[in-house]
Amino acid sequence: MSTASRKASSSPAGSSPPGGQDALLEVRHLKKYFPVTEGIFIQTEIAQVKAVDDVSFKIYRGETLGMVGESGCGKTTTGRCILHLETPTEGEIFYNGINLTKLDRKSLNRMREQIQVIFQDPYSSLNPRMKIGEIISEPMRVHQIETDKKKRNRRVHELLETCGLSAKMADRYPHEMSGGQRQRVGIARALSMRPEFIVCDEAVSALDVSIQAQVINLLEDLRDEFNLTYLFIAHDLSVVRHLCHRVAVMYLGKMVELSECDDLYENPTHPYTQALLSAIPVPDPKVEDAREHQVLKGEIPSPINPPSGCVFHPRCPKAVQNCSRQIPELREIKPGHWVACDEVSAPSIR
Amino acid sequence: MSAKIKRQMLFIFCGGGKILDSLLEIDNLRTQFFTSGGTVMAVDGVSYDVQEGETVAVVGESGCGKSVTALSIMRLIPDPPGKTVGGRIRFMGKDLLSLDDESMRQIRGRNIAMVFQEPMTSLNPVLTIGRQISETLETHLGISEEEQQKRAEELLDMVGIADGKRRLKQYPHHLSGGMRQRVMIALALACEPKLIIADEPTTALDVTIQAQILELMKDLTHRLGVALIVITHNLGVVARYANKVNVMYAGKIVEKGTAHQVYYNPRHPYTLGLLSSVPRMDQARGQKLVPIFGQPPDLTRLGVECAFRPRCRFAIDRCSREIPPLENFADGQQAACWRMHEIDDLKKETL
Repeated sequence: MSTASRKASSSPAGSSPPGGQDALLEVRHLKKYFPVTEGIFIQTEIAQVKAVDDVSFKIYRGETLGMVGESGCGKTTTGRCILHLETPTEGEIFYNGINLTKLDRKSLNRMREQIQVIFQDPYSSLNPRMKIGEIISEPMRVHQIETDKKKRNRRVHELLETCGLSAKMADRYPHEMSGGQRQRVGIARALSMRPEFIVCDEAVSALDVSIQAQVINLLEDLRDEFNLTYLFIAHDLSVVRHLCHRVAVMYLGKMVELSECDDLYENPTHPYTQALLSAIPVPDPKVEDAREHQVLKGEIPSPINPPSGCVFHPRCPKAVQNCSRQIPELREIKPGHWVACDEVSAPSIR
Repeated sequence: MSAKIKRQMLFIFCGGGKILDSLLEIDNLRTQFFTSGGTVMAVDGVSYDVQEGETVAVVGESGCGKSVTALSIMRLIPDPPGKTVGGRIRFMGKDLLSLDDESMRQIRGRNIAMVFQEPMTSLNPVLTIGRQISETLETHLGISEEEQQKRAEELLDMVGIADGKRRLKQYPHHLSGGMRQRVMIALALACEPKLIIADEPTTALDVTIQAQILELMKDLTHRLGVALIVITHNLGVVARYANKVNVMYAGKIVEKGTAHQVYYNPRHPYTLGLLSSVPRMDQARGQKLVPIFGQPPDLTRLGVECAFRPRCRFAIDRCSREIPPLENFADGQQAACWRMHEIDDLKKETL
């Protein structure tokens, strides 16, 4: 893949990346604050949850960007902002050069055809009262892509088969299917619009190991077949390493590290990334016995009142005094490897 | 490796040297659920032992019967619809299945404790943390209120909750998920049990919190010499923490052995499939996963065949006629497969 040789631009959200790479999606200084209100009739805003706080990144055509982090880090909110299921508080989202935040409803709906989503929970993301065929054909009907019912049905059967299900499944209801099959239906529905870009929000997290592998392989095959671009949101770093070209690590609404995939896992630079990787057990007893396990102290702070300075400093083993005062900027420590930590300098080879 | 040897030596020095009976022996346990859709063979002839102070893992996917086995040990299977229809569970020389309810109640929480998956739902939301801990102490140890308070504070301190006095007055909703799981562990340790059964203790938690809880459990079980049964679907957790591993599929143990045997020399095609379908964090990109095709069987319709046969790459005629028993392979490793001796060659052929 060309990602390894990709040269980085001057900023993670810089205007034009070199090397002829064109960014399909670009997020610039995205912020999403949720109000915390008090009172029943007269609601007054008492605080804000800073779910996403100034996040910028690009996703290049044909690449899969992994977005990882623990609960409350803002990875899902970022995905929802891109899908325009949430209106960003601040910041811009460019898709194919078009600013999504400035679009009116009608043109936004047209953009939505190209940006699809696969949700985490295959149990709640399919309408239990609709047949599988109806679920998959609904987007085509709504967007009037295929107005002829017969053709639509043919397309449904095609999609089911592409996703490894039998065409007969079209007449079934979601409750008749297993979790893995339902997730395949979710994928078929996303594909029905022939999108270029799919946000996979924890798309394989709810599945059992053997089924998860099937769905991961399906996502990979579809990516190659239809030249798809994914934003792959997940908390499982093992899955992310397997599937993604580049990885962004989030912590408490901030992006702390962004790098080419293998480089991130081999040379994690931000103390949070290091701790996160060390916390994940590898299914190999010898490797586990030999590895050092770094356990982070404390818990993830509340995003209502995030710590001052670097949000990670209360838990950081390398924190110095300055960390509680200054918010570290994301900066490039080597080509394509961005870290938001002032304490790391040159490429640290561990 | 060295840590494991040290642990074993410690065990021998601490009096484990004389040959003792196993702490827990499960023999041919069978638990079924009688539903309108048919009889679900949730646990179908499971046997394993747990020695004092050791950590045993039970791995498998949803519905393989790993949790039901644990609940059967505790005799917490809701009846109806469930019932343990056969087998024996011996714990410290007592047959748990033949005990009357009162004697069982004394063992539960006192000698065998349990840590559940969901710390949100397994604590009582209307009682303070302190009340929940002292309830256990009062029931089983009958100590005075002052002593209860003192012991409760001690326990919170042991599981790494600072400021115990204040915490004891709080309700579960005041605490984060990780904190609640720490309270669950404190509760489990309250009466110094011999055995703790942890059913997916960290599945609901975030990665860094999961690491904290697992390290805590490992540390405490070693220090206090408590045996631990970890039920999980996470093969990484097993590799990091378990001495012995039991792999379950469709209500049966299909393979058992030490962690090294099972991970480096799997004898059952299911174990092999499971290991090759997990993406690994320490593996470079681009390697294709080899998933197990198909889906787990319907436990109400298990025929006289190996339950894994429909998904098995190596199935032969015999697999559809006879159920393979769990048999010795070598050095205590066991597998339930007719072709367990050929599996290395078969593996090479398919790759």
